[in-house]
Formats: sequence, C-alpha cells, structure tokens
Amino acid sequence: MPVAASPRLLRCGDAAISVEFGSTTDPALNAQVLALDAALAAEPVAGVIETVPTYRSLLVQLDPLRTDFAALEAHILSLCARPPAQRPQPRRWLVPVVFGGDFGMDLADLAVRHAMSVEALVARFCEATYHVAMIGFMPGFAYLGGLDPQLATPRRLQPRMRVPAQSISIGGAQAAIMTVEGPSGWHMMGRTPMRAFLPGLDPVFLYEPGDEIRFEPIAEEAWNGLDARAAAGEPVARLERL
Amino acid sequence: MTKLIVRSCGPATSIQDRGRFLYQRYGVSPAGAMDRLFLAAANLLVGAAPDAAAIELGLGGARFTAEGTLLVALAGPSCSLSVDGQKIAPFTAARAEAGAEIVARIDPGAAYAYLALEGGLATAPDMGSRSMHRRSGIGGAPLAPGTRLPAQGGGPEPLAFVEPPRHETGPIRILPGPQDDFFPPEALATLCGEGYRLSAQADRMGVRLEGPVLAHRDGYNIVSDGIVDGSIQVPGDGQPIVLLRDRQTTGGYPKIATIISADIGRFAQIPPGEPVRFAIVTLDEAIAAAARLDARIEGLVGACQPLAAPLTSERLLALNLIGGVTSAQPAD
Repeated sequence: MPVAASPRLLRCGDAAISVEFGSTTDPALNAQVLALDAALAAEPVAGVIETVPTYRSLLVQLDPLRTDFAALEAHILSLCARPPAQRPQPRRWLVPVVFGGDFGMDLADLAVRHAMSVEALVARFCEATYHVAMIGFMPGFAYLGGLDPQLATPRRLQPRMRVPAQSISIGGAQAAIMTVEGPSGWHMMGRTPMRAFLPGLDPVFLYEPGDEIRFEPIAEEAWNGLDARAAAGEPVARLERL
Repeated sequence: MTKLIVRSCGPATSIQDRGRFLYQRYGVSPAGAMDRLFLAAANLLVGAAPDAAAIELGLGGARFTAEGTLLVALAGPSCSLSVDGQKIAPFTAARAEAGAEIVARIDPGAAYAYLALEGGLATAPDMGSRSMHRRSGIGGAPLAPGTRLPAQGGGPEPLAFVEPPRHETGPIRILPGPQDDFFPPEALATLCGEGYRLSAQADRMGVRLEGPVLAHRDGYNIVSDGIVDGSIQVPGDGQPIVLLRDRQTTGGYPKIATIISADIGRFAQIPPGEPVRFAIVTLDEAIAAAARLDARIEGLVGACQPLAAPLTSERLLALNLIGGVTSAQPAD
C-alpha cells in the first residue's frame, strides 16, 4: 500500500475536525478513513465524542471544553503516519434479494441501457463483493463501494419521492441499501427482506462501515416467508465465515 | 406517574433532551434541544437535571391538560404560560391541579421555548436519548392530541429565577470552513455583511437564508462528507442553508463556515423573516464562548429560589426593585 500523503485537517466550527484524505470516492481513500476510525476507536482520546466515516474523510466530533486541539491534531497526524495496522478481517454479509418486477422497478430498463439480459445484469451485480464505504443520508443507508464500473449509471433526472425501505439500488458508480422509506434518484434493482436497522434491538444496526456485502438472488416466492421472519427480528442476512 | 395530556400542538412541537450521541456513524441525526440554555432553565425550575427531556415548543405553541397534580415550568426568550386561565409569571414554576388546562405560547421575538414537567419527562429513551427525530421516527411518533406524557415527579416546591437567563448578544459567531476554499475570498465578507435574513423555510433540520448570492469558485458538488450542527452549506443557487439539530449526518454541498457551538441556540431563536448578522471569530474565542455558555448553565442551578422564600434584602437587591424606591416612609 503506498504511503498516504498527510490528510488535511479541516476545522468544522469548535466542535469537530474533518480529516480529509482526498476529494474522490477512490476506495484507497476510504481504506485510510476506516483505518483512522479504527485507530481512534482502539485508543480513545479525551474530548472525542464520536466519529463519522465518509468515503474520503473522517469527521471527529468533540467537546471543545475537553479537547486540546493542537494535541488532538498532532495525534491524528501521527496515527495517519503509522504503517497501517493489520486490519481485522471484515465481516461479510450474504444479503438475499428479490430482483426486478415490483421489487426492482428499474431493472428491466437498466438491462436495456447496458445492453445485456436481465439475468446477465443480475449475475454481474451479484458477482461483486461490496464494502460499506459509509452510512449516511438516512439511518442505516449504506453506500457501497465495489460496483462493477460497467454497471455505473447516472442518477435519474427526476428523483422519486418515495422508494420503499430495503431497496437495493445503483446510483452513479455506487450501490446502496436503503433501510427506511424515502426519496431517491437511484435506480431500483430489487429489495431485500433483511432489516439492517433494528429499532429496539441490540445492536440497532446490522452492519458497520467497513463490513463486506454480497447479494444473493432469491425467488419472488421466497419473499413472504423471509420477510415475515425478518419482521420478527431474525437477521435473514447470513454472516459468511471467511 | 402523573401525566400531561396533549390537547393541541403545532408540528414544531417535540420532545427533546441534550440529543442522541454515538449513532451518527450509522446515519442517525443527533437531534436534541435547539436551545440548551432554556432547556436547562425550564428543567431546573421543576427539579430536573439541566439536560433532562422537556417539551420543545415551536411557533404556534401548544395546549395540554394535567391528569393529576403536576409542577410545570416554561422557559424561553419570549413566551408565556397560563394554567387554568391564570397567567404565570415568566421563569416561574406553577403547580397545575388535576384537570387544569395548560396553555404555552411563543411570543414575538423568539422561535423556541421549553415546557418542563416535574422531575423531568419520563418517556421511554430510544438509543440513549428521548429526543424525537421527526424524519426518521427515532424517539417516537410526533406528539398529537391525546398523547400522554409521563413526568418523573418528586419535584421541589415551586421555584422561580431571581434573574431570567439570557443569551449573549451581538452577531452570530462563525469559524470559516471546512470548504471556504470552494468560494472566492470575498464570499466570507459577503456572508458577514448586512444582507441576510431567515426565510420562512426554517425547521429543526435547517434554516434557509435569503440574501446576496454566494458564488462558488468552481462547482458546488463535493463527495459527501460529515455535517455538524451549525454547518453553513451553500447549494447551487448560492443561498446559504444553516443546518441544525435534525440535520442529516452527511451531505454533498460545500460548507463555507460553521456557527460556533455556543451560538447555535442563539441562532435557532431568531424567528423567520428576521435579519441575521455573522462575524468571524478565532477558535480560541469560540472555545471561550463555549465555556461561558457552560458556566451560564451551571450558574442557573444556584439562581432559582423557592417562590415562597421571604423577600430578604439581598433578594430584593437581586430583583433590582430598589432602583425605583426613594423612601420607605409613606408620603404625608
């Protein structure tokens, strides 16, 4: 792994610092973000309240009255300069998905657009191993890196005002898992019965930034049974032992 | 537990405490009281911790009925409270008897106030906080007529503030960045000029400002990065949006500046349509202001006294009644 240039430390008011590794969705930048996030979690620093990883930056939120800014910034830079620690093997989730039809209303159009059959498109989509680059926009909304570049598709001109929870979609060079109903300009491939946002349970969220995701196509007939089990609190996504 | 029943309330009414921490990495907004100072003031009057949950009232106010005898207090920069038709003095707790109607209103000049219940609100915490986040439903469904809100109870005799809490005054203080380099150098001066007022598009998530266009140097799309309370983002139309407690956790517009933590509550209290002035400060000044706000909140603890306390000469002095008195002797 090439040695990273020093990140930029950008102050966001008096209660946060954005550690910016770059300005693109390059997976190498995201790896640096997640490595710093893990390093800060391993050795808690006085004053730091929580961290928010994004594609290319780590937001460090802090209590201005308990933080020595100069010391914290020096500490962050020294953590970034360290050779990357052996990252623990990421967890990998196998996520069942019903593709197409009412479950993925844009699948047929996407197949036409990319000049392949629906079956080939689904197979291509499911070949990739994705990783949760960041969670944002809505609770549990996972932005996934790892989409086959040939499947990249610009967002819709007209966003939809309401897309169902558990939708699996493509937007630009990214894929996503939606956990709650909401607006979206992305292309809907399918839906998973998996609930990744589990209010009232511990943990509340199934996956973490850095976790890996693989999608498994399932038949439409399997939906009702799996959906009922998921609604009852069962994690119908399987954790793959690597 | 004694309960308060909602009779009517506007959409801006919610339950808020200090906010929800540690879940922003999962896309969960921190939510929390728009104005910490007055949340603390209301809570202290009813024997609750400064950061306990209370009912946050937005423009329009709300009406309630007490199900049993219950201590209540309202605090905000400009608001009024009545219990069974009787007007309660500002910054004073009142005991509502069973069945009493409680009317809380925001008066002109402010945007939020806090109605605290005896000992603090005792709704079920959700992910470590009682704060409601409307868009995600975290913290519970919005308040509606018939919602019953339990109080912890065990409050003191009614208390009142000797001197009402106040925010600092002057322009809203900002620190440049994190993306001020997306704008030409004069943009920060424009932002700190006289031209901005709050639009009617204002809620707990954010406030759109109206005023001079802030042009971007090259483009207004960035790869999403983290947002904080007080981030001033500038979308393509050049009209700044200040993001507040119910904001999303990440976003893709450049943020020219950030309101300092001590001034978020003060900014949130500016009503729609009113002008706003910004001024750039240093990090040290921002931290000093945060320390003063903390001290102000801590100072509130000692600043409330039992309503029934005898009027000592010190208290009279503190109440500043002496100025108008020339002689204690009755006039001949």
